[in-house]
Amino acid sequence: MLEKTYDAVVIGGGAAGMAAALAVREGGHSVAIVDREAYFGGILMQCIHNGFGIHEFGEDLTGPEFAERFISRVLGAGIDIYLDTTVMDITGDEASHVVTACGKDYGVLRLECRAVVLAMGCRERNRGNVAIAGTRPAGVFTAGLAQRLMNLEGYLPGRRVVVIGSGDIGLIMARRLTLVGAQVLAVVEILPYPSGLARNISQCLKDFSIPLYLSHVVSKITGKDRVDGVEVTPLVEGNPDYTKSFRLSCDTVLLSVGLIPENELSRKAGVPLNDDTGGPRIDANLMSASPGIFACGNVLHVHDLVDYAAEEARRCGEAVGRFLSGVSAKQFPLTAGANVRSVVPNFYAPDRENVLYIRSFIVKNDAILSLQIGGSEIKKRKLAHIQPSEMIRLRLQPADFPALRDGRDNLMEVAIR
Amino acid sequence: MTEFVCIACPIGCMLTVELKGEGEVSVTGNRCPKGAVYGRDEMISPTRVVTAVVRTDSQAFPYIPVRTDKPLPRALITDLIGDLTRLLVRLPAKRGSVLIEDYRGSGVNVMLTRTLPPEGVSRE
Ligand SMILES: Cc1cc2nc3c(=O)[nH]c(=O)nc-3n(C[C@H](O)[C@H](O)[C@H](O)COP(=O)(O)OP(=O)(O)OC[C@H]3O[C@@H](n4cnc5c(N)ncnc54)[C@H](O)[C@@H]3O)c2cc1C
Ligand code: SF4
Repeated sequence: MLEKTYDAVVIGGGAAGMAAALAVREGGHSVAIVDREAYFGGILMQCIHNGFGIHEFGEDLTGPEFAERFISRVLGAGIDIYLDTTVMDITGDEASHVVTACGKDYGVLRLECRAVVLAMGCRERNRGNVAIAGTRPAGVFTAGLAQRLMNLEGYLPGRRVVVIGSGDIGLIMARRLTLVGAQVLAVVEILPYPSGLARNISQCLKDFSIPLYLSHVVSKITGKDRVDGVEVTPLVEGNPDYTKSFRLSCDTVLLSVGLIPENELSRKAGVPLNDDTGGPRIDANLMSASPGIFACGNVLHVHDLVDYAAEEARRCGEAVGRFLSGVSAKQFPLTAGANVRSVVPNFYAPDRENVLYIRSFIVKNDAILSLQIGGSEIKKRKLAHIQPSEMIRLRLQPADFPALRDGRDNLMEVAIR
Repeated sequence: MTEFVCIACPIGCMLTVELKGEGEVSVTGNRCPKGAVYGRDEMISPTRVVTAVVRTDSQAFPYIPVRTDKPLPRALITDLIGDLTRLLVRLPAKRGSVLIEDYRGSGVNVMLTRTLPPEGVSRE
């Protein structure tokens, strides 16, 4: 068993883990990254399409190109690296955490540290999460798994495909499959509007005349050993109208129905989670309610843009540095109000810059985002268009806050109207 | 008059593009100048950035991702995808290396987007 001690250990070497580790290292602290894959970059390495990096680098990059910019910095930064190494457990107490991992190069590892950064990413919702009637044949994949098979391993998952859900990953895969000669018969979305970006509807579906059925569900999957078709049913006033159902014969079904933060490890370690996001509850320093355990990227809440995940992770790494140096700041609770599904973080620090990530419950044009403390509005922002699938990001500076009195809870509420 | 969603950035403005005779095009609905260029090109000669994977000679990393360095005329996309299936990249290979220069006279190059085998090995 290899035993080592670090100031901080980062679990996960995707965009978030790399950005966090770099910021910790730049603060002068020792840090190691552990990832179960043989390479850095996480999910980005299978996202071979372009559209990444517009905020972070001002360039239109593919996933691997975005990741490699971080990888070369990580390799030059004096960060210890454990690849092909899976973290099994986080134990210990406030003063000293122990990350136990098991890997190809060193066998069992025991990494002792004062701070842990959770950056394990997310996983996809699968058929079990979205009950669909019918048989259980082969040929049902999550869109991300299909992406991995095609882009890393070179397998074509099928020839006649129906995509369930209009999230970006499903749209990107509809195009990818069409380009290599498969036929994508339909994208079926339960909501009355697409959940992916307008540009992906345009360049992934319209370019190839792939039909998008809004307010429709796949009501049944049929087939004995392999999928042989699906039944599609329109929703009329929210209820399926089976008299109008139709059948599409296909050999493959892709599910693009959302992502869930990957928090098995966090749960086992006793880190309290936030029901609204599926990630840990965190304070204004991105630290969970377990002192010394931080979180960033998709493990904290699902990001649409890697640029924002990387930015959040960098702020997390800086906060880890302050924690290690014993710097603290006062903070007050933050909560989701009317029409807001979730807000991250769950606390704000009025003396520092805060970045809030907000998801709305509603679809609306010309909405107003409003922040209130003790019933009075401290800030509002007009938003041309909001929908649940697009994260709203709001930066708050110390000047945005009124003088707050200690001893009060100073609860801040984020609402949309 | 035609409507396009601008794909030059994730905002996705709805552009209204009108052809006003010989090569003259008016674009409205764009929030920035990139949208005007996109709308004009989309009307006259639509192009797309193409990404794909190409086979390698390695067992551990059997495919390597590639992209066009500029948007390619849409009419050439299917041909390019077909041509890419016939290529083989020998590893090690570096991100940014040009795989195909000036594809069919379009002025567009195809380049590798990942370094394989990956850089970075475990080190304590
Ligand atoms: C399928 C998919 C497609 C996407 N497409 C786009 C897109 O087109 N454009 C865009 O901007 N964004 C896209 N995103 C979002 C963006 O890529 C992500 O927000 C970002 O890359 C997430 O980075 P991360 O580091 O949080 O997670 P990840 O990249 O998932 O990294 C998590 C890492 O943790 C490791 N790990 C997990 N558990 C353990 C463990 N127990 N021990 C050791 N290591 C562990 C994993 O191996 C992985 O490397 C996509 C996301 C997904 C899931
Ligand atoms: S017009 Fe400008 S802002 Fe609008 S989508 Fe195109 S590039 Fe983005």
